[in-house]
Amino acid sequence: MAATHTTLAKSGPMPPPARTLAQRLRAGDQVAHGITLAAAASILLITALLVFELYINSTESRAKFGWSFLITQTWDPVADEYGALPFIYGTLVSSALALLIGVPLGVGAAIFLAELAPPKISDALTFLIELLAAVPSVIYGLLGIFVLVPILRVAEPSIRALLGWTPLFQGPFYGVSLFSAGVVLSVMIVPFIISISREVIRAVPADQREAALALGATPWEATWDVVVPYAKSGILGSIFLALARSLGETMAVTMVIGNDPKIKASLFAPGYSIAAVVANEFTEATGQMYTSALIELGLVLFALTIIINGLARALVATGSMGGKA
Amino acid sequence: MTSLHTLRRKMVNAIMLSLTGLCTLAVAGTLVFILGYLFVHGAKDLSLDFFTKLPTPVGETGGGMANAIVGSAKLLLIAMLVGVPIGFLGGVYLAEFGGTTFSFVVRYVTDLLNGVPSIVIGIFAYTLIVLPQKHFSTIAGGLALGVMMIPIAVRSSEEFLRAVPSSLREGAMALGASRTRAILTVVIPAAKNGIMTGIMLNLARVAGETAPLLFTSFSNRFWSPGWDQPTAALPVMIFTYAISPYEDWHQQAWAAGFVLLMLVLGVNIVARMLLVQRKHVAR
Amino acid sequence: MYRTIRKLFLLLPLGLAVAASAQQVLINAAGATFPYPMYSKWFDEYHKKFPNLQFNYQSIGSGGGIKQVTEGTVDFGASDGPMNDKQIAEFKAKNGGAGVLHFPTVLGADVPVYNLPGITQQLNFTSEALAGIFLGKITKWNDAELSKANPGVNLPAKDIIVVHRSDGSGTTYVWVDYLSKVSKEWETKVGRGTSVNWPVGLGGKGNEGVSGQVKQTPYALGYIELVYAVQSKMAYGRVKNSAGVFVAAALASVTAAAASVKEMPGDFRVSITNTPGKDAYPIASFTWLLIPEKIGNATKKKAIKDFLAWMLADGQKMSAVLGYAPLPAAVIAKELKVIARIS
Repeated sequence: MAATHTTLAKSGPMPPPARTLAQRLRAGDQVAHGITLAAAASILLITALLVFELYINSTESRAKFGWSFLITQTWDPVADEYGALPFIYGTLVSSALALLIGVPLGVGAAIFLAELAPPKISDALTFLIELLAAVPSVIYGLLGIFVLVPILRVAEPSIRALLGWTPLFQGPFYGVSLFSAGVVLSVMIVPFIISISREVIRAVPADQREAALALGATPWEATWDVVVPYAKSGILGSIFLALARSLGETMAVTMVIGNDPKIKASLFAPGYSIAAVVANEFTEATGQMYTSALIELGLVLFALTIIINGLARALVATGSMGGKA
Repeated sequence: MTSLHTLRRKMVNAIMLSLTGLCTLAVAGTLVFILGYLFVHGAKDLSLDFFTKLPTPVGETGGGMANAIVGSAKLLLIAMLVGVPIGFLGGVYLAEFGGTTFSFVVRYVTDLLNGVPSIVIGIFAYTLIVLPQKHFSTIAGGLALGVMMIPIAVRSSEEFLRAVPSSLREGAMALGASRTRAILTVVIPAAKNGIMTGIMLNLARVAGETAPLLFTSFSNRFWSPGWDQPTAALPVMIFTYAISPYEDWHQQAWAAGFVLLMLVLGVNIVARMLLVQRKHVAR
Repeated sequence: MYRTIRKLFLLLPLGLAVAASAQQVLINAAGATFPYPMYSKWFDEYHKKFPNLQFNYQSIGSGGGIKQVTEGTVDFGASDGPMNDKQIAEFKAKNGGAGVLHFPTVLGADVPVYNLPGITQQLNFTSEALAGIFLGKITKWNDAELSKANPGVNLPAKDIIVVHRSDGSGTTYVWVDYLSKVSKEWETKVGRGTSVNWPVGLGGKGNEGVSGQVKQTPYALGYIELVYAVQSKMAYGRVKNSAGVFVAAALASVTAAAASVKEMPGDFRVSITNTPGKDAYPIASFTWLLIPEKIGNATKKKAIKDFLAWMLADGQKMSAVLGYAPLPAAVIAKELKVIARIS
């Protein structure tokens, strides 16, 4: 960049005929426009190519299984019969669990940081929490295997005593399970919910809150009944973004989910997610159909995240426009 | 009656507010715990060998991950060469020539690409490069990481370019500079630090990516002899070592996790502090 | 600040260039995790002998070995389950008609490993018990089938947590090949393959992953290659062979299983599970390198052929130390002849 800078500066003092200078400069504008346009266009190209590669390489599987791929439970490499349902189930359940734990924590902390904490402390804590978002996924997996799973194994009897009457906590607990995956994911998505929600809550006009307080509301009532509804769509957007992230999360999940393609009601049972099965089996899938089915799983995951992301963006956009949803 | 009601409201107020505080404490506590745990378990096994030696064959203790550290650096270099130019120039386009339907589409697709799970990017790089080339390579892995860098590079460049006051740009153009010159000599230098910081954060993010490397850069027990050969990388080593049954490998995984985390968090802390500083200066 | 960072970035490629300067021949291979400790030892020794030759072996599973050698993304593969006819046909279709050769390297055995807190005796497993557990019919450690075979052992009334491979695996192939031979129900319901549709259990990636999983989970039972069990100091059981004797996997019992093969087929694809003989361990197998018949690169071809010859001579002497049974002499002689077919 420095080089371009100097050559341009040199061309400055030379006094060529005015018309040529203007022309050249306009040409320069066009070149710059062209180059940046090409870069922007290449982003479209790469994305299109990505979709194309996924689509074309999953042809065999799509042709053989059709839409029933999405609702078939079998995953049988010996008979070459593949269905995505157990993986879709595992992906959705582990993510839902992550939201169940992560959303109250995240929104609660966001309210505290935006409304209650002194600005300095709030900034420092937010800084710390946003660092959590930077921790690589494989490290969460490492902690999941060696720290979380042993802790959960100790906590299991109490969880069972508390919630064992539901079908969700039946059957033996192996340590690795849908439940463990949900807990790890919740830790991973909380920072996203906090940092976006905090911004959205902060952006709520101060008079809204002050009006409520003036009418005799307690600080909590002002926050919960006035500020939070005002920021609702922004908060929802942050939740959807977090969801999109947890759906595609690979390494941390494959290390703790148990990798078993079965649909069981119990969260203590091992499960499997789309991203995890691709990571585990992609390099070793023998046979065209097997590979093709795995790539189709990639396509399904891609579609799933696009839908969720789209919803999230739409919500954040309406939220930031200040409209009450 | 009323006072009872008020009392109840006050109690709810106190309880809920302390609950939000507890939430914050729980989240912040988690980070402190993660850092502390990795520090205790990772740092104690860290020796000079870790940075200078190759991994040993199975069953022999000792050795290090020098090849994985260099491998990660090579992958990041390629990722940067791929992701930064496209991302930066794309960001310039959106900030300076935007406002068209096309730029709306670009922005939208960039967001889409940002949401694509890293494992899917891995499949993409495998079918696009590894299969036709018929071997795993550093280049394929770097490219996958590069593609992952693009969306964030676009959006952060755009953001920082837009943050440059338009008076600067207009001033330059009023002095007779063409638009390109105004961008090159005034706008970009003004946004430079911000953009660089964005790139650093972006690099830190992909440095910890494992999933896209599993079937692109693969892994390598030795030094990778070239750019078109498989290479070891720190995150992949953490994964393989963590799921192994060997105590010694677990220790190495902790050590590697500690090094990776320190790198990533270090870059994050420095970059964020620079951003904050800049904001204060601007004020 | 930025200047220092920029300097670092400038120095980076320089350092890389130094690291990559020596002219090296890198041969990439991938596959079975079952012989990985052996292979990593061999390749390390061979590298010490010929410092310019590097065999980069990644233990991604036998399925992976078959797939990657078929796609041509590695120079050779490795597997504990021989490639089936369909897979060989696919290999030929993708490699211009040239075939793939199987080279047995060592013998190994699958053992049932378990994590039973408080139990120190070596457990006995009948074929009915193993098939029942993996079919999901035997679910408790104190099931009659298990207690009958283990008199005097106080088996707990806990659920058996079955651990299997999540990746395509030769260890799995050997295990399910055995189960298919001893259980009709297994053969019809599940069948043979490097990956199968498991009736029960959770998945771990690689022999490493399964042993890691079993170690981390009380009351778990899994199957891994003997060497992994020995190296990671895990408890493993004796298995009842076709002569009705409970045999522990060890060099002698595995060698005995191999000795029962009267005639080695020309392509070395042979199963030695559940062989007759009262000393034979019933879940044993050869493990193979999968080498393309045609190797384009002359340097690599020579390196691979030389390595094969070395492996069949000096290499075999190292196997016993690591717990693998060396190949019978007749097999070695036959393999040496086949090396010439690599062109």
